[in-house]
Amino acid sequence: MNITDLKSAKNRCRDYRLRILEISQQVSALHAAGAFSSVEIVDCVYNMLMKNISGKRTDRFLMSKGHGCMIQYVVLESKGVLSKSNMDMYCKSEGILGCHPDYGNPGIEASTGSLGHGLAMAAGIAYVEKGIRALDGIIYVVVSDGELQEGSTWEAMMMAANLELSNLVVLLDHNGYQSFGKTSETHPAFYPILEKVSAFGFEVTEVDGHDSNAIYNAIVGRKSRKPFLLVANTVKGKGVSYMENQPIWHYRSPNSEEYLKAIEELNGALN
Amino acid sequence: MRNAFADVIYEIGKVDERICALVADISPAGSMEKFRHDFPGRFVNTGVAEQAMIGIAAGMALQGMRPFCYTIATFALYRPFEMIRVDLCYQNLPVTVIGMGAGVIYSTLGSTHHSMEDIAVAAAIPNMTVLAPCDPLEMRQMTEWCAKNSKGPVYMRLGKAGEPILTGGAVEKFEMGKLRVLQRGVRVAILSYGTLVSMAFEVSKIIQKKLGEPCTVISCHTIKPLDEVGVKNILRDYDHVVVMEEHVPHGGLGSRIKEIAWNIRAKCSLNTFSLQDEFIHCYGSYEELLLKHGLSPKNIANKIFENTIS
Repeated sequence: MNITDLKSAKNRCRDYRLRILEISQQVSALHAAGAFSSVEIVDCVYNMLMKNISGKRTDRFLMSKGHGCMIQYVVLESKGVLSKSNMDMYCKSEGILGCHPDYGNPGIEASTGSLGHGLAMAAGIAYVEKGIRALDGIIYVVVSDGELQEGSTWEAMMMAANLELSNLVVLLDHNGYQSFGKTSETHPAFYPILEKVSAFGFEVTEVDGHDSNAIYNAIVGRKSRKPFLLVANTVKGKGVSYMENQPIWHYRSPNSEEYLKAIEELNGALN
Repeated sequence: MRNAFADVIYEIGKVDERICALVADISPAGSMEKFRHDFPGRFVNTGVAEQAMIGIAAGMALQGMRPFCYTIATFALYRPFEMIRVDLCYQNLPVTVIGMGAGVIYSTLGSTHHSMEDIAVAAAIPNMTVLAPCDPLEMRQMTEWCAKNSKGPVYMRLGKAGEPILTGGAVEKFEMGKLRVLQRGVRVAILSYGTLVSMAFEVSKIIQKKLGEPCTVISCHTIKPLDEVGVKNILRDYDHVVVMEEHVPHGGLGSRIKEIAWNIRAKCSLNTFSLQDEFIHCYGSYEELLLKHGLSPKNIANKIFENTIS
């Protein structure tokens, strides 16, 4: 990735965060902090990695970390897949978009929100793509670190390795925080992650999950025929100082004063 | 019934490349082995990982395939329940979950292997179709429907092995979603499904000896959506209606029929026979365990007889 690309990525990510904050002012709650940790990851997949070549290759994206879907929505809006009116009606009775992605909505490949479902579905999609139809599509799936505590995720990982799903790319948004606090304190045996994932038959590597260049290089540079998992180390609430690593922002929307402060910070960061 | 199921899946799989078989470490017997051999890409064994079986099947269905997931009923439905609810039912995907050896047929294996509440659990989920064929012929027709015509998820409850053919001389043809009269009687109608239909015929034989008339025996193979019009007609046309099911008393066919009977202020007598609301520790034969639950042709026939003379 060259400097211009990197600058574009930074601008996009700032705009996505601003748009999420804007929408946060329409509703009393949305998962802003969890979406903010995934911004660079989701941006990189949609804007730098996914390819759609008619009849040859159809890449797909699943937000298994369903509560982070706000970032997916704003990316889909920027691509014209979701409309402004869809977004204006977010979490309103006449709208189609809720706090978790629904299959059937434009751009949404699977219904998620209950943790530990997306990886098995992604594996099923990837298996048909590669194992049955011999097509080249790549299936990208973002999972949360909380999801990695679900047994079903590990069942799916074993099968992804058994089925040799080299077309499955898992992006772990490792922000290290969950409802009860810091994962390293509440659930120490959750670590180490890389060794566990590797032992389950994946190629695995680790990057700064807010470094678009690093995410991109790690994924295009994957070497083996195994399924791939990227541990993207992120900061929950990334980009807004008072949200970073504060559990209350898992669900809360900022009030108008907090909103202005957040915009100021995000706009300032790039100047 | 499981061997016949494997035969049908193989035959359909031969002509329809969307048909996939997913199993969770159930040893492939008979035609299932043939399916694996001839269509290796469309056979997936997830190992002892039922949640992965359902989730992967959902992903395959999202790609346009029509998967069948197959294992013992308790593990097919209860263990991956939330995957069935969310991945299959919420997304309304055409995946058929086969619960093999349902009810208490695995008598000596104990209640860990008995699915006594599966109908209630499966039927409670929106979009789910619940089926229970009574013999290998009905199973074949239902499996073909699942493979070709289903629009969403299906839970199909099967027996184990060696079930007799009960529908060879059926009065009515099989039709999805409709009650099916297998044998016509006069005053007494027995509604049942799946494995207990053969017991319904035994009950009818005893009644014939006592009253000189057989019972109408009906296979209620489609439990959800239930043929409500058909049920109303039965409740109006017969003096005595009996429901027999290998399922706990709540949430199965019996409670549905009572609900409809109340709504139409049915005049008939109505008796329901089911498993008890109890885990019974009896490690005898299937028939012995059913008897412990109060289910035997003699018990049921006696009760019907009492009703007809009172």
